[in-house]
Amino acid sequence: MHELSIAMGIINIAKKETEKANKTSVELIELEIGSLAGVELESLEYVWETAVKNTVLENAKLEIDFKDAKAECLECNTIYSMKKMYDSCPKCNSYFKNILQGKELRVKSLEVI
Amino acid sequence: MCGVCGCGTDGVSINKPHQHEENEHQHNHDHDHDHHHHHHGDKMIIDLERDILSKNNVEAARNRGYFEAKNIFTLNLVSSPGSGKTSILETTLKDLKEKFPFYVIEGDQQTLNDANRIDALNVPVIQVNTGKGCHLESDMIYDAVKQLKPKDDSILMIENVGNLVCPSMFDLGEQKRVVIISITEGEDKPIKYPDMFHSADICIINKIDLLPYLKFDLEALKKYALQVNHHLQFFEVSATTGQGMDTWYKWLETELERNKQKNS
Ligand SMILES: Nc1nc2c(ncn2[C@@H]2O[C@H](COP(=O)(O)OP(=O)(O)OP(=O)(O)O)[C@@H](O)[C@H]2O)c(=O)[nH]1
Ligand SMILES: [Mg+2]
Ligand SMILES: [Zn+2]
Repeated sequence: MHELSIAMGIINIAKKETEKANKTSVELIELEIGSLAGVELESLEYVWETAVKNTVLENAKLEIDFKDAKAECLECNTIYSMKKMYDSCPKCNSYFKNILQGKELRVKSLEVI
Repeated sequence: MCGVCGCGTDGVSINKPHQHEENEHQHNHDHDHDHHHHHHGDKMIIDLERDILSKNNVEAARNRGYFEAKNIFTLNLVSSPGSGKTSILETTLKDLKEKFPFYVIEGDQQTLNDANRIDALNVPVIQVNTGKGCHLESDMIYDAVKQLKPKDDSILMIENVGNLVCPSMFDLGEQKRVVIISITEGEDKPIKYPDMFHSADICIINKIDLLPYLKFDLEALKKYALQVNHHLQFFEVSATTGQGMDTWYKWLETELERNKQKNS
């Protein structure tokens, strides 16, 4: 389950930033996750509690800014929101598309003390 | 536990076939960055906007630079467990190893089994055991390549951990990604696991020798896969009988030549 790798990546980023700021722990962490980022929110939340034990994130509040996916049709230029990677254009039914939004997987901000 | 790959206390080990499993877990965790700080009394807000996979992506870029400089054509083979990654490698190596210099990196959670199968063909191979990890990451490839020492102008085949989900997110620095699906898995896999098919360059459909025994709709599989990735190119093969393997070899040779032009 790669959600554990993701959690470890987040912890690593948080630890570095907290140390650099000469602080000891994180109160709030804000993530940005797109619906096509390949991360199951439930799985991430499931591994989170165990993963953050004894780290700067142990007592942090986790806030997730979930981004819906958007694509631009390469045939008719319609911009549409998509639920699945294989959704087609609602106007012309084409599968040829450019994904504009939904691949985000970022630590947006940290509140450290 | 490694703070990045979350690979568990049993860690990652990188071994030549028949070698004792020694722990070779090195990671380079440094990078620099700019961002903004705001202070509110003792509290401080750090605006980061940092990509969580940035560490792996930076290391993948480093691998890619190395491969380009040495003109090593690198493929990342991904599939569910048992689709036939190692079998396809074995048949390919048997048929082409006199023609091109090959190197192989095998990724599995446990055992040296796959590396031993490649070693039996006298092709240089390194086994990466990921322990609890469900995919290969770029730093493991970096460490494995340091041991493997591939020659210039060679082909490096990386067999990822059998898993149709996680490896899709981790660039290894490969030139091309090959997704393998066998016809015993069902035609709707591409829409059930779209990320893997979305991120692949070509799709090898394996075990076609079993077509007469199964109700499998090849055209439906391709249709689903193209819905997820309209660039995908298909090769229908049987690693066991060798049927269709020549079309994949032809692709390999064409890409090898194209890669050489690009790197020279
Ligand atoms: N009938 C048939 N069986 C095949 C073919 N290719 C592989 N197999 C069988 O499928 C099984 C799994 O093959 P492997 O090559 O080990 O598969 P893999 O993808 O490397 O498996 P993991 O590394 O464990 O993920 C073996 O029993 C193979 O003999 C094929 O083309 N036809
Ligand atoms: Mg294998
Ligand atoms: Zn359209």
